[in-house]
Amino acid sequence: MATTTENKALPIGSIGTRSHSENLWLVAIRRLFRQRSGVAGMIVLAFLVLVAISAPLIAPYDPNRSLIGVEDIRKRTPPCVHALGCSTDEPQHWMGVDGNVRDVFSRLVFGARISLFVGFVTIGSAVIVGTVLGAFAGYVGGWVDDVIMRIMDVLLAFPFLLLTIAITSALRTLFDNNEGLEDAFKSALPEFVFNQRGLVYAMFAIAIVSIPAYARVIRSTVLSIKEEEYVSAARSIGNRPVRILFLHVLPNAFPPLIVVATLGIGGAILETAALSFLGLGAQPPTPEWGSMLASERNQLFSAPHLVLFPGLAIMLTVLGFNLLGDGLRDALDPRLRL
Amino acid sequence: MYKYAIRRILHALPVLFGVLVLAFILGRIVPGNPCKAILGEKATVEVCEKFDRDHGLDRPIPIQFLAYVGELARGDFGNSLRFNRSIVQILIERLPMTVELGMAGLLIASIIGIPLGIISAVRHNSAIDLSTMVGANIGVSMPVFWLGLMLAYVFAFLLKDTPFWLPPSGRVSAGVTAVPFYEVYGWEFAGEGVVSNVAEFLSNMFILNSLITLDWEVLRDAITHLILPSVALATIPMAIIARMTRSSMLQVLGLDYVRTARAKGLVDRRVILVHALKNALLPIVTIIGLQLGLVFSGAILTETIFSLSGVGRTMFEAITARDFPIIQGFTVVIATAFILINLVVDLSYAFLDPRIRLD
Repeated sequence: MATTTENKALPIGSIGTRSHSENLWLVAIRRLFRQRSGVAGMIVLAFLVLVAISAPLIAPYDPNRSLIGVEDIRKRTPPCVHALGCSTDEPQHWMGVDGNVRDVFSRLVFGARISLFVGFVTIGSAVIVGTVLGAFAGYVGGWVDDVIMRIMDVLLAFPFLLLTIAITSALRTLFDNNEGLEDAFKSALPEFVFNQRGLVYAMFAIAIVSIPAYARVIRSTVLSIKEEEYVSAARSIGNRPVRILFLHVLPNAFPPLIVVATLGIGGAILETAALSFLGLGAQPPTPEWGSMLASERNQLFSAPHLVLFPGLAIMLTVLGFNLLGDGLRDALDPRLRL
Repeated sequence: MYKYAIRRILHALPVLFGVLVLAFILGRIVPGNPCKAILGEKATVEVCEKFDRDHGLDRPIPIQFLAYVGELARGDFGNSLRFNRSIVQILIERLPMTVELGMAGLLIASIIGIPLGIISAVRHNSAIDLSTMVGANIGVSMPVFWLGLMLAYVFAFLLKDTPFWLPPSGRVSAGVTAVPFYEVYGWEFAGEGVVSNVAEFLSNMFILNSLITLDWEVLRDAITHLILPSVALATIPMAIIARMTRSSMLQVLGLDYVRTARAKGLVDRRVILVHALKNALLPIVTIIGLQLGLVFSGAILTETIFSLSGVGRTMFEAITARDFPIIQGFTVVIATAFILINLVVDLSYAFLDPRIRLD
């Protein structure tokens, strides 16, 4: 890992000077903690991760369990918090209940797991594939670079949501209408994954459409780094291209990649919510925030709390990632180095 | 400049070809079996074989692709399976709505975003700067569909029976009809051609049409119906434009020539608006042009929420209803428009910034 050195002057009479090296990643982390937006983003995300991890402990009810016959409560009842003046005769539901008499707060809390899982897995996959493609295109160059980047340009020529809608629908048509494939998936995958295959198709579509952004970032960084002297030196002593790429070139591409990926996770959560809202991602009764919004959209005027809270949850999560991404951008900016 | 333009155009051609291939593939995969998608699951093998022969689907895939490209080159996008009407005709009816919505959204985003960005840059690290950037971050994080629903709740429900009420759906109120300008002025076109199609396209942009015909009732009604969807659509681009304007202005305001202008005694407003803004506008103009992708994605959701019959909603319904001629035709048109707009943005950037075209 690249380090900085600074010469500390010693008192007169000392022999020579000592050098003090410092890991740049530690410098960046310290700078991140001095960024207001970075700290705000980390607080928001830490809170969300905590909520997601402790969902079974925090949620007062099973998110998928209808309370018909269990409590004396009507469907789409607004929030009732006893501490805020709601009658103690009524059952307490901090964010009300939905059209199937399920506790909204419990569903929101479990929905945090889905959103964070979707964001990290989708963008993680896109980063891995995009890094390989971008690094290969940037390092090899020539017609390989042209072909790969033209394919990326084709994907970027479409509006993001349009392409994700089309790919998700295509995957549904291919697999759900094909009994042989459907049976094969059912036997190969865990049951809960098979039941969520709508969400899996959406994640796959978003990952594919996100790949070009990361391929471009990596490619442009590789192009600028591969002509550096230390890369030429590594080549001249006989290192193989793959080793040079992974040991010397790619580590220097990580800072911009981390920033773009962090911002991308927020985008992926928004896109998944949009696809679920349109009926293409998560299917009921999955407590995915976009799907919750879609189910109760027609009750907007009579039960606005059923639209308000899931939307606030989405906004808060995406805001956390955006703030963190902004903070990382400033913390990892080489122009601000020391 | 010409060499740069030719290079960019040649660069766009393989991308356009890739778009045609992808549109063809999507149009074949998404509907599954087109015969069963249209005629129903009970269509027999013999009926489907005849259907495939009639639509050329029994030919080898490369031949089908060549036929598809040939039809596109002739301007024949085929007929919608749901509406049984020409795709071109459906585009002429629906695209104007999306264009109006997109332009209104971008206009609102620019009119609010650019001044906010300038003020933030000039009052760097002040309360205004902080609140603008916090607001921009929140704006970028908001789901468009949620914002649209919340705006509809506030303005169509909570503010009902007040002067601030706004309609939550449709392009115009029931009973209000936008008469095409060519009918108002008695213009006739010989048959269906490019001129009549263009005239019909323009007349389906209700705001433009009512300005031409001086129909103030339709103009007021159309604008009133467009406010909520365009504000919902404008929020994310507005936040991005404000941030870009701020960062671009900060860069320019730190340059020596701005310091010189101030040292010469020029009024601050003149320094900012005349000297700094001109150079800061280049990346801002580019980002506005590149927001079209975001605006179209948002249009799919906004049109669905506000029940507007635009291209976005039609495309989404076609995908879910497996109407593959619409999927193919609209995909090609939308993606081609994007490629062309990106090309224009690139070329205009090179035209405005000599450093780019000499690179």
